[in-house]
Amino acid sequence: MHRVRGLAPLALLLALAACEKRKAAEDTVASAAASGPAAGAQILIGHVASLTGNEATFGDSTDKGIRLAVDEQNARGGIKGRQLAVKTYDDQGKQEEASLVTTRLVVDDKVSVLLGEVASKRSLAMAPIADQYQVPMVTPSSTNPKVTKDGDKVRPYVFRVCYLDPFQGAAMARFARDTLKLKRVAVLRDVGNDYSVGLADFFLSKFKELGGEIVDDQSYKAGDSDFKAQLTAIKRKKPEAIFVPGYYTEVALIARQTRELGLTVPLMGGDGWESSKLFEIARGALEGSYFSNHYSPDDSGPRIVEFVKKFQARYGGVPDSMAALGYDAARVAMEAMARARDLSGPAIRDAIAATKGFAGVTGVITLDAEHNAVKPLVVLKIEGNAGKYVATVQPD
Amino acid sequence: MGRAVSLARSLLPFLVALPFLWALQRWSPPYPTLVLRYVGINIVLAVSLNVVNGFTGQFSLGHAGFMSVGAYATAKTMLALADVQLAFLPEPASDAVLFGFALLVGMAAASVAGLLVGLPSLRLRGDYLAIVTLGFGEIIRSVIQATPPAFLGASLGLSGLPLRTTLIWVGLGAVAVVVMARRLALSTQGRALFAIREDEVAAEAMGVDTTGYKVRAFVISAAFAGLAGGLIAHSVGAIEPTSFDFKRSMEAVVMVVLGGLGSITGSVVAATVLTVGLELLREFQDYRMVAYALMLVVLMLARPQGLFGTAELWDLWRRKRPAASAASAGPPGGAA
Repeated sequence: MHRVRGLAPLALLLALAACEKRKAAEDTVASAAASGPAAGAQILIGHVASLTGNEATFGDSTDKGIRLAVDEQNARGGIKGRQLAVKTYDDQGKQEEASLVTTRLVVDDKVSVLLGEVASKRSLAMAPIADQYQVPMVTPSSTNPKVTKDGDKVRPYVFRVCYLDPFQGAAMARFARDTLKLKRVAVLRDVGNDYSVGLADFFLSKFKELGGEIVDDQSYKAGDSDFKAQLTAIKRKKPEAIFVPGYYTEVALIARQTRELGLTVPLMGGDGWESSKLFEIARGALEGSYFSNHYSPDDSGPRIVEFVKKFQARYGGVPDSMAALGYDAARVAMEAMARARDLSGPAIRDAIAATKGFAGVTGVITLDAEHNAVKPLVVLKIEGNAGKYVATVQPD
Repeated sequence: MGRAVSLARSLLPFLVALPFLWALQRWSPPYPTLVLRYVGINIVLAVSLNVVNGFTGQFSLGHAGFMSVGAYATAKTMLALADVQLAFLPEPASDAVLFGFALLVGMAAASVAGLLVGLPSLRLRGDYLAIVTLGFGEIIRSVIQATPPAFLGASLGLSGLPLRTTLIWVGLGAVAVVVMARRLALSTQGRALFAIREDEVAAEAMGVDTTGYKVRAFVISAAFAGLAGGLIAHSVGAIEPTSFDFKRSMEAVVMVVLGGLGSITGSVVAATVLTVGLELLREFQDYRMVAYALMLVVLMLARPQGLFGTAELWDLWRRKRPAASAASAGPPGGAA
């Protein structure tokens, strides 16, 4: 009896050892194959995304946008006569996983360019690896200023195709003050989320600077489901609007409870609202609210109309802004690869850094010296469970 | 003379491991090295949790909390020492010494946190203790998120940490935690912990200072969780509070239960199997977590006491020697 009990784990260990060995063998084969790519071999683009976890829709949309862009490029003959392929790994919304899969993409899969992540925290875990192995990385939607920076220096291999939190917060403040002519606004922020806190801070300072008044500054945490206490406090201060720069799940719940309390003022927010789930959960409570976004699918610009049409034909459903940003990130990277003198990391990096006036779906993209995209933002108004284009705010 | 021999014997596992780890570090390709690093960190995490959950029979769900204390303390120390170089050492050696020091600071900070949680465990048992430790983990996370961003980076966390964690550091950490756990299990202290696990009232009646031993178990366990935190922080180069949430604690608990509560080598094997297994399943993206859950269900049905029960791998060859065969059912028997 005892002998049998002891043998089972031993067998398991042996099986495990065998597994590890076989894996190591595969690895050497893979790296041998990739170290000398034939002229006709595929160019790999690596994508790190949160396909599972709390922010799964973000990763999923971005991936769709990227694949659409890459397939189009392939239909046009690829780059330098070579076809492209996308390899996507899920990071489950975790920093360590993002770090691990990035290493795998760079070292084992030998990707030429890295795309991702949506969330700034995870882009921060990817950035040092991109620099270390000299593989250019383009993040579609990490809006935190720190992502492209290493202390005070600019990270040489990290770029982004979206605007920054400071711009987004300030732009919403300008919209509220100048266009909506609001005077009294309350803020309800997610203290557990750097994105939300940053946006709230930048909104606050700009709104005050423009002569508005912040009547209340309340906070919640992602995962909360009851916001009545904060909202009751806000209601007492009689604001004309509430700025809620959170992610879609909580925002939708907040909107419902706001209406339940009889508070009818519009809510305002940032691109974290962008998800079809927002309307599903809010059940109409968000009518008349405003949020800033990277693009609007009902914009009548020819590029946008064409993108929406192609996206709908392939996936069904209107592309959200994460999909549009993924599409643009992939196209900026591919356009740079086509321009680069060869497909080595430093060459592609230089080409991406020189991106100027690129006509993307989310606006005309020019990368500045800090590797950030300088581009306008759109404000959407929610009407009939959809975001309707209201205004474009240009960068200062 | 006797002291020198015992010192040499306690250093032996490290001396044996070092050239092996060095060779792995030197020749293993980066990606398997990284996976092995995660394996090592999970071993530290699982074995240290085993001291509380397995040896002492207290159910702790706050291991990620200690881990985050260690991670933040180590990271802050490293950031503070970023421009320091020890004058009498060449740069790589100086870096290594400073990193070792920072890891020790992380362990110390985590053990203080362990003491704080250990104290309420004086009164609480079973489910109640589990809830207290769970709450503690959440408190740590909330505190970090609420501290001004300039200090702990609030919800964005700390980034730009030097990437100092190598396979050698992780390997030494894993050896250290296994040696610690084994020696603890064989000592008077360990016997006291087992007694508490088997029957707390009886242990107390036999004169075991149950509260004292429980607190000590918590402190030791927390210190090594802090080590795991420090190692992961400088492996990824960035930390954020939600990395150390309840799910993280659960992962550690799963490893311990899967390996067998009270079995050191069981925890080691479970940590290895789960980490490597999840990596092998990466190709099957969508079905990865399904496979993981299925594996747990099957294993728990087949072996409810965990892979190893309370047995240890090293019992296998010890049992062949007739003298030590008596102590096979319980915790590891016989002196080393």
